[in-house]
Amino acid sequence: MREGILWPLVLTLVGFSLSSFGGGPSIFAPLQHQAVEVQNWVDSREFVEMFAISRAAPGPGSMLVTLIGWRLDGWVGALIATLALFVPSSILCYGVARVWNRYRGHAWHAALENGLAPVGVGLIMAGILAIGQIAGNGVLMWIIAVASAGILLYRPKFSPVLLLCAGAVVFMIAGPGFHA
Amino acid sequence: MNVQSEGRREQAGVSMPLLSLFWVFCRIGAFSFGGGLSGWVYREVVLMRPWMTEEEFLSALAVSQILPGANITNLAVCVGLKRGFIGASVAVCGLLMVPFFAVISLFSLYNQVAGLGWLTSALDGVTAAAIGLLLMTVWKGGRSAVRNISSGLALLATFVMIGILHWPLVPVVFGVGILSVAAAWPRKSKDA
Repeated sequence: MREGILWPLVLTLVGFSLSSFGGGPSIFAPLQHQAVEVQNWVDSREFVEMFAISRAAPGPGSMLVTLIGWRLDGWVGALIATLALFVPSSILCYGVARVWNRYRGHAWHAALENGLAPVGVGLIMAGILAIGQIAGNGVLMWIIAVASAGILLYRPKFSPVLLLCAGAVVFMIAGPGFHA
Repeated sequence: MNVQSEGRREQAGVSMPLLSLFWVFCRIGAFSFGGGLSGWVYREVVLMRPWMTEEEFLSALAVSQILPGANITNLAVCVGLKRGFIGASVAVCGLLMVPFFAVISLFSLYNQVAGLGWLTSALDGVTAAAIGLLLMTVWKGGRSAVRNISSGLALLATFVMIGILHWPLVPVVFGVGILSVAAAWPRKSKDA
């Protein structure tokens, strides 16, 4: 019975893991289709709830699959779903990065690193815009963001945990009035 | 060349105890709301510890985003890799451990606790500070990554195509990446 429920989940998630180009969010649309319409693991209301909860919890947003596994078979289901989503892509990344590191020291390897570094910075800048939209993109958000960056530049040893907690406290006190 | 790079790798291995690796990613995982914690990884592995150079980190970041899978877990693999398969596993486990229990606890609590409005505000505040970490990374990383006009153009092109035009990630990173790498390719005369 248990295998009967979990095998389709594992097979689906391994496939998603290896095809989720562009990171976790790229699986939401196909996951919703499989989980709600094809396999009937959860209904559409539950899926939306799980999406909101995985967004409110720490970790990659794709940990929504942990909740689908939990819903199907408790702790075992949660663990198996999480492994099925994160292990295949991690092993692929491990293989690629190992080959990458093996050629360290070659002139063309330095060219690859120097060529990709500005692309990495450009991606972070694009990420700032995208993540800003999640946090409401308000004036308060940018004030806190710029202030945090300033603190870290002038005091590199300042604790990030403290900084993130301070951000949370300011937002809770200021309330949602400052958003948008 | 080979001996030198072997020595470097060993040295990096010695200075990266598995326990600190686990602890670093455990803390990052516990606070990774809404994404954007690659700025924190940068701080821990480039600025605070000699685990990676700027170029190593930034190119690993680009590779982590091209490959399938969550960017942050791929980045954890790239960092942990210096201690082999065990190191990569330790980094990923550290990263996912707290979120695994947190998401299940929150789901179990959800139906009992009405109204999580204050939580949303708090999370937005965490995200705002995380954006600060990213701004710091752009400031520091940008100054080491942009060495000439072509790398500046690569940065700008990536930002505009992904961030503003919302073009698909994989073709953009491949396209801009190939041009940028070609511009950084060693000239034949300097090769020897």
